[in-house]
Amino acid sequence: MQRIYVDISVDYSKDGTMMPAAIKWEDGYRYEIDRVLDVRRAASAAGSMGVRYTVRIMGQERRLFFEDTYSETGKPRWFVESAIPSS
Amino acid sequence: MDRQIVLSDLNACYASIEIARDPNLRGKPVAVCGSVEERHGIILAKSDLAKQAGIKTGMVRWQAMLLCPNLITVPPNIELYRRVTNRVREIYSDYSNLRDDFSIDESWIDLTGTCRIGKEVRLVHEIRERLKAETGLTASMGLSWNRIFAKIGSDIAGPDAVAEITRDNMKDVVWPLPADVMMGVGRATKRKLNDMGIETIGELAAANPDFLKRRFGKNGTVLYAFANGIDTTPIRAEGTGPPVKSIGNSTTTSRDMVNDEDVRIVLMTLAESVGMRLREERFKGYVVEFALRTTDLRWLIHQRKIKRPTNTTWDILEVGFQLYKEVRTLPLRSIGIRVSTLVSADEPEQMNLFENEIKNDNQRAIDRAVDTIREAYGFHSIQRGLTRLDEKLGTLNAREENVTFARF
Repeated sequence: MQRIYVDISVDYSKDGTMMPAAIKWEDGYRYEIDRVLDVRRAASAAGSMGVRYTVRIMGQERRLFFEDTYSETGKPRWFVESAIPSS
Repeated sequence: MDRQIVLSDLNACYASIEIARDPNLRGKPVAVCGSVEERHGIILAKSDLAKQAGIKTGMVRWQAMLLCPNLITVPPNIELYRRVTNRVREIYSDYSNLRDDFSIDESWIDLTGTCRIGKEVRLVHEIRERLKAETGLTASMGLSWNRIFAKIGSDIAGPDAVAEITRDNMKDVVWPLPADVMMGVGRATKRKLNDMGIETIGELAAANPDFLKRRFGKNGTVLYAFANGIDTTPIRAEGTGPPVKSIGNSTTTSRDMVNDEDVRIVLMTLAESVGMRLREERFKGYVVEFALRTTDLRWLIHQRKIKRPTNTTWDILEVGFQLYKEVRTLPLRSIGIRVSTLVSADEPEQMNLFENEIKNDNQRAIDRAVDTIREAYGFHSIQRGLTRLDEKLGTLNAREENVTFARF
């Protein structure tokens, strides 16, 4: 299990709620998030922690993290948990 | 009604944070270790596996490597630990606004009245579970009606577990423990107690309080009360911490300080950082304390009360250097300086006929100018000439790296 940092499109609602809308993958492909199933603070099995969004993308469940505490760059980043080693 | 107080102690905090960040470290002996090049090469924290291999906090790195050749050492990342522990404290805050942070990884939380009577243990387990799920860290938690036994509970609970100490079980659980398990009993006190034939907390609790008071003064009464679980110190509401009692800073230099000039250069950077903090927090202080550590790692502390409270870099440097000259030993490995007996910087001052007030005013003006420039452009944007005499000794960014507040 490892973390893959990704570019994300985020929707902000009027009341300030943040919801990820789409993931731009390493190969440039854009995956729309069909549904956010769960939001909670959690530690990731791939290390690090943050706000965990369990999302459905093309029928597949994925776990997306808003890494606000551990980020090494000092700025919050997004990552996806992945079982496949990064190319 | 009894209070419900929890002490939560994060297990191997720094090492656990490093492991939580990098899963490749899981199941390996890990130690957080200062930089060897800058001679801070001692073990600051270790994981459970490293502990089992006999690694102890404070060991020098090479000693640790001899004991455990496959030990993985990682450099400390204090900023990260602070962010993560703040996150942990936010979780505690979900349960109570009464919290005292004993150290970066230990907090007392007062849960009195936050849940139905008798459900407290379940609530503590909930906090423990949440902590694990949300931060990947585990904690030892003690629950009791007073801070002292809550702390003992966390000490005996073991990792990722809760120990409850009640009025019913304290005689079996707490009293047989050696006296130095209890807060307030250090090495010296333990020795004195042992000389009096007191070995356990129970024996301390059963001792004659008048006798203890004669032997230990005021502290004797406190020890007697603690051993009996009597402690009414309130857990403060968040954001109402006790006032700062002193501001100080110390550093271990990259090479030994071998002459007066070396000491003065390092003292200058420390005085700058302490002065800046004092001014930022709007304090000035009456007592300047100088601490030195020789190459055989022994600390020596020397202090003086000055006539007028100060917060100027120059005064702190001059008094500090004077103190150094009075106890002069060389070479030195570390030095530190601290200003205490603080008063508000806005407090009016009696001017002195025999002192050069214009010079004092000028020093304050210099400090103000330097502070303003540094605030806008960073610490290194302006430097005292003295600190440039030796680049290595003079480049400590004391303000950001090591500032400590003591609240006692």
